[in-house]
Amino acid sequence: MLLGIGAAGAFLAVDLGAVAYANKWVAAGATLTRDTFIAGFESVFGKHPGFRRNHAKGVAVAGYFVANGDGRELSRAAVLGQGRYPVTGRFSLTGGNPFVADAPGAARGLGLAIGFPGSQQWRTAMLNLPVFPDNSPRGFYDRMFASQVVAGTGKPDPAKMAAFLKAHPETAAAMDVVKKHPPTPGFADSTYWGLNTFHLVAESGVRTPVRWSFVPRQAAFAAAANGDDVLFDALVRQLKTAPLQWELRFTVGAQDDPIDPTLPWPSDRRVVDAGTLTLTAAETERAGNARDVNFDPLVLPDGIEPSDDPLLSARSAVYAASYRARTGEPKSAPAVQVDQVAP
Amino acid sequence: MTAAERYPLRTRLLHWLTAVLVFTTLLIGFFMVSSLGSYGALVRVHMTLGVSILVIVVVRAANRFTHRAPKLPDTVSGFEHKIVIGSELSMYALLLAQPLVGLAMVSASGRPVVVFGVCSLPRIAPFDADLYFGLRQAHSVLAYLLVAVVAAHVSAVLLHTLTLHDGMLSRMGFGRADRRWSRNHPPAHDRRDKLPR
Repeated sequence: MLLGIGAAGAFLAVDLGAVAYANKWVAAGATLTRDTFIAGFESVFGKHPGFRRNHAKGVAVAGYFVANGDGRELSRAAVLGQGRYPVTGRFSLTGGNPFVADAPGAARGLGLAIGFPGSQQWRTAMLNLPVFPDNSPRGFYDRMFASQVVAGTGKPDPAKMAAFLKAHPETAAAMDVVKKHPPTPGFADSTYWGLNTFHLVAESGVRTPVRWSFVPRQAAFAAAANGDDVLFDALVRQLKTAPLQWELRFTVGAQDDPIDPTLPWPSDRRVVDAGTLTLTAAETERAGNARDVNFDPLVLPDGIEPSDDPLLSARSAVYAASYRARTGEPKSAPAVQVDQVAP
Repeated sequence: MTAAERYPLRTRLLHWLTAVLVFTTLLIGFFMVSSLGSYGALVRVHMTLGVSILVIVVVRAANRFTHRAPKLPDTVSGFEHKIVIGSELSMYALLLAQPLVGLAMVSASGRPVVVFGVCSLPRIAPFDADLYFGLRQAHSVLAYLLVAVVAAHVSAVLLHTLTLHDGMLSRMGFGRADRRWSRNHPPAHDRRDKLPR
């Protein structure tokens, strides 16, 4: 009798203990989890139900990508084969406040889902920065708190930031690189960098480390002097006038180039122009458009693979948590209303 | 204990294969959602295992109609027999539903399920964020239900086998029937102890 109860008890202890351990119900708080990040965003930027926890302010765009076929030399990805593929995208500003006033210095994001919603779609979420400020989830998390705007001053606490940069020399170095690429006047003339390193896999199986960027073909319309949405409004006005275009460039890395996204690659690396992105329309975020797309950097077609950069997995995990949270929350109208922007 | 009182070999193999896969997939599922560093890799493993379970459970369900279950030990009362049937049916239902809900949930988020690193499965639900959320919640609820049903299943079999000595586990076992835990065939030293002196 005791043996039976003991064995069943032992099984239950191991089984439920494993579930509890896997769930981090025990020893919680020791490590960063995606829930730590979600709570962190909400602590720094406030709670904004229904919106992304980061890059909360944005506008949906639609268009297409025309691949010239040159990317096929490096990758067997279907979306790089000569042809035209539909694109769902989203421009955004960094931070978790969906109603933040546009600031020229705030990092601008471009998320793209090329070939969406097909089985060989390629999603990427990029920034107008040549390198990423952090090379670890911990660095990102701590920097978010170090850059938190202090109530009353409207600025981050300089002592906190100095302490953070001292502890994270990689961020200090990355900031120096970023300073050499000051932001352009608008979304339309920004270059968007993929930041993380990926591998392109050719038909032959050869793997090539690459980083990619989308380089603008146009100048940006001037932003109005006053208003909370001046950058977005200028983008929307320009899209109502004419399509916007960017060239997709793969920078081909040498085998020992760093995958650390705070470190730039040498400027003499070969560049392959793989095609042209054309965005034809802006749309207010709503059900069924880019609002409902998680621009998870690990949604990749066959022929594009992630590198070992730990930020890729962390981004995928946190984006998934943000997506799950916001899809279950009530929605409110986003700040950028395309219909209200005069062409 | 005779060979006829066991499930056929194919059924026993399918059972234990499912057991290992389900245990692994559940644990990976619970672990990956709180892991930043291995999330990307584990999601791919989790999806591959989930789809494998779906295929195996469909085969199992079909196989289940090809034979009758071996007789339950006498220790199982009429009422408990109903629980046994209900438990088996609910496990089949959960094991079919869980991977399907997983596939549908990923589909509703507008992306494909990729298994074995290369094969993109067709989406089985429309791109719809509300639908995604409902399915995502269901996927968690079903996971905890599976943990509960599996825990009850294993506990019941262990209690029968070790406490009632009715050889319950040998119906799914391999090798020589283990007589130590069977009431009708207590181990030799046991029997000797009970002989009148």
